[in-house]
Amino acid sequence: MIRPIGILAGLFFTLAVLWSFANGAWIAATEGLGEATAEHEFHRAPEPLHLASDGVFGKFDKAQVQRGYQVYKEVCSACHSLKFVAFRDLAQLGYNPAQVKAAAASWQVPGVDPNTGEANMRPGLPTDYFPSPYPNKIAAAAANNNAIPPDLSLMAKARHGGAAYIHSLLTGFQPQPAELLEKFPAAKTPPGLHYNPYFANLNLAMAPPLVSEGQVTYGPGNPKPTIDQMSTDVSAFLAWTAEPTLAKRHQTGWPVLGFLLIATILAYLAKQQIWAAVKPKKKAVTGSKSSD
Amino acid sequence: MSFPWARQYEPTNGLMKFLDEKLPLPRLVYDAIGAGYPVPRNLSYMWNFGVLAGFCLVLQIITGVVLAMHYAPNSLVAFSSTEHIMRDVNWGWLMRYAHANGASFFFIVVYLHIFRGFFYSSYKAPREMIWLLGVVIFLLMMATAFMGYVLPWGQMSYWGAKVITGLFGAIPLVGEPIQTWLLGGFAPDNAALNRFFSLHFLLPFVIAGVVILHIWALHIPGSSNPTGVEIKTEADTIPFHPYYTAKDGYGLGVFLLIYCAVLFYLPNYMGHPDNYIEANPLSTPAHIVPEWYFWPFYAILRAFTSDFFIIPAKLMGVLAMFSAILVWFFLPWLDRSPVRSGHYRPLFRKFFWFGLIPAMAVLFYCGGAPAEEPFVMLSQLATAYYFLHFLVILPLVSSIEKPEPLPYSITEAVLGTDKQAVLGENTAA
Repeated sequence: MIRPIGILAGLFFTLAVLWSFANGAWIAATEGLGEATAEHEFHRAPEPLHLASDGVFGKFDKAQVQRGYQVYKEVCSACHSLKFVAFRDLAQLGYNPAQVKAAAASWQVPGVDPNTGEANMRPGLPTDYFPSPYPNKIAAAAANNNAIPPDLSLMAKARHGGAAYIHSLLTGFQPQPAELLEKFPAAKTPPGLHYNPYFANLNLAMAPPLVSEGQVTYGPGNPKPTIDQMSTDVSAFLAWTAEPTLAKRHQTGWPVLGFLLIATILAYLAKQQIWAAVKPKKKAVTGSKSSD
Repeated sequence: MSFPWARQYEPTNGLMKFLDEKLPLPRLVYDAIGAGYPVPRNLSYMWNFGVLAGFCLVLQIITGVVLAMHYAPNSLVAFSSTEHIMRDVNWGWLMRYAHANGASFFFIVVYLHIFRGFFYSSYKAPREMIWLLGVVIFLLMMATAFMGYVLPWGQMSYWGAKVITGLFGAIPLVGEPIQTWLLGGFAPDNAALNRFFSLHFLLPFVIAGVVILHIWALHIPGSSNPTGVEIKTEADTIPFHPYYTAKDGYGLGVFLLIYCAVLFYLPNYMGHPDNYIEANPLSTPAHIVPEWYFWPFYAILRAFTSDFFIIPAKLMGVLAMFSAILVWFFLPWLDRSPVRSGHYRPLFRKFFWFGLIPAMAVLFYCGGAPAEEPFVMLSQLATAYYFLHFLVILPLVSSIEKPEPLPYSITEAVLGTDKQAVLGENTAA
């Protein structure tokens, strides 16, 4: 009884899905497989970016991440928050406790006046988190033409391509190609937006943040602050903010894998020895027929 | 169960004798996974995945309990408490990555276990109950994994929850009230997050309970084997311990090597970047996709794009998605071939390798792809094959197929002839 009912049920689902297929095929035949869009044709995958934190042995280049912190502080932080990172975390970049304290104090964070109880701004402490540039979302939207600047703490993990995406996006602003306008006149970048082929829908509310060489003054002994260098450095910084524990993870993996490799070899040898007694002397005849 | 030649547990010292009289737990272990459980001597490495699935369940419970100590199931702080675990909790990143990737590896192992069952027809008599309980475990795993993915309260968490609970809205008449009741609101919010957390903590222990039933049911007929020929004599078997404990130990080592390589060097490979964006009910992601292990079923859900007579497309998709797993319950009665192993079933084998496996691969790929052509049309063809395979092809093949000759016994399959099989001489024990 189950088999006839099963066959009927199977035919029911098959017919229903083939009916959907037939409708889809009819639409595809009469209208084509969906219209080409400017996003489809002009969006570009991030260009490769090589950072010291990449790869299975990767760890952060502290000098580079420090430079990236400087770029964040002097450029990005005007609009973007970094709410999951605390000033105390800067100690991981090689700053000593006094430097961390000084770095924290160079930021103004929301506080409470101890005498009056009124809200005020005070210098940051190492235990504070990076403050938001706006008091609330409405202020952020109002100041940015309704596009709220996203928090950057996890940006390097929250986009396909990670740090490479950030680097490509920062260096990818350009005039809209004439070819695009010719093919898709309706896709002209609206006023207030900026064309960037690395952005999902090609038009980004953010204006190019890094516009001139030397926009950030690096201390002596550092590379020249070209636009590419600054964007690489800030991408490295955001790779760090997204996962400060990355280097520790990379280091922890090797002893674990080494131990497991030895344990697995021992387990294999133990298995071979235990099975030696019952293993057939000649090859099996029908036990493991190959399947065609 | 058992085979008359199964070894009997003999407590060796006073403490064990005392225990055996008062609470024979060591005897239970000895008979279940020790020397007291005779197992076919010809099991291949495809028989490793049951033990590995059990290992994954324990791993998930241990890492999950630790994570629950630091996680806050409140929609206002769930996302930041997850980041707190990643940044500030000692080894918190390891616990979270172990748990998130542990879920993926649990599904990898369980899918291999299930497809082993398909190929060797492990569901056939006398093992129907083992199979039915296994499908129940799989359904519970899907529910648990779905609710666990909601907990970090990222964009994919939120929108995944919205899409999947929205499926209940497809039920005629009562759909929307049921959806509201399940969510505790009109959209996923704190009430939904709280109950998902509660159930995500509870269900693994329910799974553990059904796993015990699954193993209990297994011990009544004993394990199947790659020839599909049942055990005839003692020569066909070897004790689970030390033979299969040793083999499973090696398998566990290989599993852990792969798992740890991903855990330490590609921990976000099987995740979606959007889940590192905090949930935002006002911003829909461009492509909502579930975790990879749901992709084949998600593709079936989305394959139904046109109303079928009076049945709306959405309801049809929901029915098909649930039916895609429900048909597994009926497999023991749909496939009537007396031969179990695919090695001796030429026609079945062709449909398995050139039908079911490619269809599953297409469904998997299309489920993760955006809902655009050609993915929708491909998944429609694969969905049609999926239902034809289980509900039409399997019953018909079992009627018309002429199986290849089976070996007389497991021993003959292993040794070439049954007379040589004198296990007692070879093993001093």
